[in-house]
Amino acid sequence: MVKIHERKFVSADPDKCVGCQVCEYICAWTKEKAFNPLKSRIRVVRLNPLVNISITCRLCEDPPCVAACPRDALTQSEENGTIIVDEDKCNGCGWCIEACDYGAISLHPEKKVVFVCDLCKDKPDGPQCVKWCPEEALDLVTADVLAQKARITATKKLFQEALKVAPPA
Amino acid sequence: MWRKVALYGYAGKILHVDLTTGKTYTEPLNEDYAKKYIGGIGLGMRLWLDNSKAGVDPFSPENPLVLTTGPTSGTVWPTGGNGHAFVSKSPQSYGIGESKSHGSFGTELKRAGYDAVVFHGKAEKPVYVWIDDDSVQILDASHLWGKSPAETEDIIKEELGDYYIRVAAIGPAGEKLVRIACIINEKTRAAGRCGMGAVMGSKNLKAIAVRGTHDVTVAKPDEFLEFVKEFHERMKGPATKKYRTLGTPENVLVHNALHCMPTRNYNNAHFEAAEKVSGEYLNERYVAKIIGCSSCAMRCEHICVVTEGPYKGAMARVEYEPLWALGPYCGIDRLDAIIKGSELCNYYGMDSISAGVIVGFAMDCYENGILTQKDMDGIEARFGNHEALVKLLEKMGKRDGIGDILAEGVKFAAEKIGKGAEKLAQHIKGVEVTGYDLRCLKTAALGFAVSFRGADHNRHGAYAFDVKGKFNRLKYEKGRAKAVKDIEDVYTIIDSLIICKFSRGTYYKEFEDLAKLYTLVTGWETTPEEMRLKGERINNLARVINVREGLGRKDDHLPYKVMHMPIPDEGPSKGAYVTQEELEMMLDDYYEARGWTRDGIPTPEKLKALGMDDLIPIVEAKIKKA
Repeated sequence: MVKIHERKFVSADPDKCVGCQVCEYICAWTKEKAFNPLKSRIRVVRLNPLVNISITCRLCEDPPCVAACPRDALTQSEENGTIIVDEDKCNGCGWCIEACDYGAISLHPEKKVVFVCDLCKDKPDGPQCVKWCPEEALDLVTADVLAQKARITATKKLFQEALKVAPPA
Repeated sequence: MWRKVALYGYAGKILHVDLTTGKTYTEPLNEDYAKKYIGGIGLGMRLWLDNSKAGVDPFSPENPLVLTTGPTSGTVWPTGGNGHAFVSKSPQSYGIGESKSHGSFGTELKRAGYDAVVFHGKAEKPVYVWIDDDSVQILDASHLWGKSPAETEDIIKEELGDYYIRVAAIGPAGEKLVRIACIINEKTRAAGRCGMGAVMGSKNLKAIAVRGTHDVTVAKPDEFLEFVKEFHERMKGPATKKYRTLGTPENVLVHNALHCMPTRNYNNAHFEAAEKVSGEYLNERYVAKIIGCSSCAMRCEHICVVTEGPYKGAMARVEYEPLWALGPYCGIDRLDAIIKGSELCNYYGMDSISAGVIVGFAMDCYENGILTQKDMDGIEARFGNHEALVKLLEKMGKRDGIGDILAEGVKFAAEKIGKGAEKLAQHIKGVEVTGYDLRCLKTAALGFAVSFRGADHNRHGAYAFDVKGKFNRLKYEKGRAKAVKDIEDVYTIIDSLIICKFSRGTYYKEFEDLAKLYTLVTGWETTPEEMRLKGERINNLARVINVREGLGRKDDHLPYKVMHMPIPDEGPSKGAYVTQEELEMMLDDYYEARGWTRDGIPTPEKLKALGMDDLIPIVEAKIKKA
């Protein structure tokens, strides 16, 4: 099993994400050849005009969705940690949807089985949402890299004045 | 003639909702209409024409309200996936009214399977229409009456139990038939101009809620996506930089430097305190986040928040026009009050451009003694008094006291007030002016005068020729109407595909790029020349409707002050105004460029050339009379 430190997932920077849904359209197109956000593995949430972000599977350690499935239709990939859905076993009961804290699992509007981000495993250039995001708000990162980024942002905020006069790196 | 068609880029179906009888039915989209009028305002105006009688009162149940999407709605076309348009007879101009809005409402309607919805009749009690794919229900909205569009949206989502449902709603202003009422979707986005919200209110229709689950298809998806990618790159480039950074409020200092920013109800063309209401200051001090519409690659929506002072907590999207109208036009130099004003307009559901211009008009009346403090319900409505602005907006939204008169818009309010108030009413065809001083922007003056929906910068964008110095803005020269006509034709295409006007700079060769887009989406091979013709056709259609409703040359006018009060401010525009002679020359020039009669009526030959033979009887009757 791939270690959590090496497991990469798609994450949106809340400062950059404008809620434009391009990721949804591209995901649905890539996976289903359809322009239809209901078939997207990544979904935008807009709480009010100020608060919006795209959310998809975080590839949890010991994923609750896998544990919740009464039919053993969900497994976690040994290779990269993504959640694999066995469509023959899935009957769309929705226990996994309930178990996921992030709403990353959806019920397919036509096939009536669940689907979840697989990091575009068939695409050599990786997740298409990341490639297409016009704001470059999406990134394929490990939790460690996310932490690094947060640390750097926090440090920059602390030393804003100093950075203005420091020679360019 | 009607037959079921499988169309790319279109849902292929039109929904009719009769609010009087509660019946709903669908008809297939007429393929000929789709080809001729594209979608958006083009298709909407044609459907309005077909479903209405000449001379219908805007508030009559007989006046249909048409809601349309465009062929790119629901695709991932940048700025195109997201628009919708409302078309009806305007309670302001009594001619054709149309208004677009963006966000995600249009995409949802398209996925629900409709290119257009025509609302007929009038419900007995307040209702909202719930369109859930093929299921259409008319539901009770008495508990929503009096609520703001944002509150309405939240309550509907809660009671229907789906947070991804999209809602377009009117506020208290629409319910009370405030003539400048708008229709707001997703809380901050308005189909603002021409009073479409009042028409919706006259039907007792509080809101339209939509959920769509179907796929949207295009004819040539691979090439289409290549084109999308190309435009993503273009939209990160210089053509849209303004919208991504300062936003349209950048215009404040630009217009002020040229002395072409109408200030204090056109008493000035320059605002001494412009720095305090500049886009630069707004960005630094108030912009909390910039967001985007569905499938947009730009992002422009500057959401502003007031964090201190008397208006603490106010939040609104701010663009140049509302900022100008609620600010300099009323002599107000406080951004916090302007943001509060915008928020109030969103709350009541009023066009914030018209609302600001009406307050400016009221302040002018007050300063000239036409309206006394008693008339004003005790409000000291001097220019620059931000408290008066807030109070007057509230009164207008509620139709309370003086607000009841002001809610009629400057044209009808001035008629009611009398005492020379009409000389202070800055409107064209009953629609309040926008933030470009027409005295010193003479190409724009023509564009505004002939705009089919009344005073509006968004029907032509001809101000750009003046502001950027392509033409001498202080002097009108014969022959310039051709440029206005050409850009109008582009603009009607943009509004019929319903793509965002902020993207216009990214079409390097407009008709070529737009024809390619249309071809890839619909699969109908379309040349740039055919695209231009579609634009021209839609402009002629709008004019035919206005002619049918009794509008003509006399209605292609300019506001009183534009023609009688030279710009007084020392500076680059001093002394500028438009003479009657100039206006007549402009109109002659324009009608000639359009191939219309001297009275501004499209000729039968013109309509024939544009493939609109079926509309010839309308103009023939009018030409004979004239």
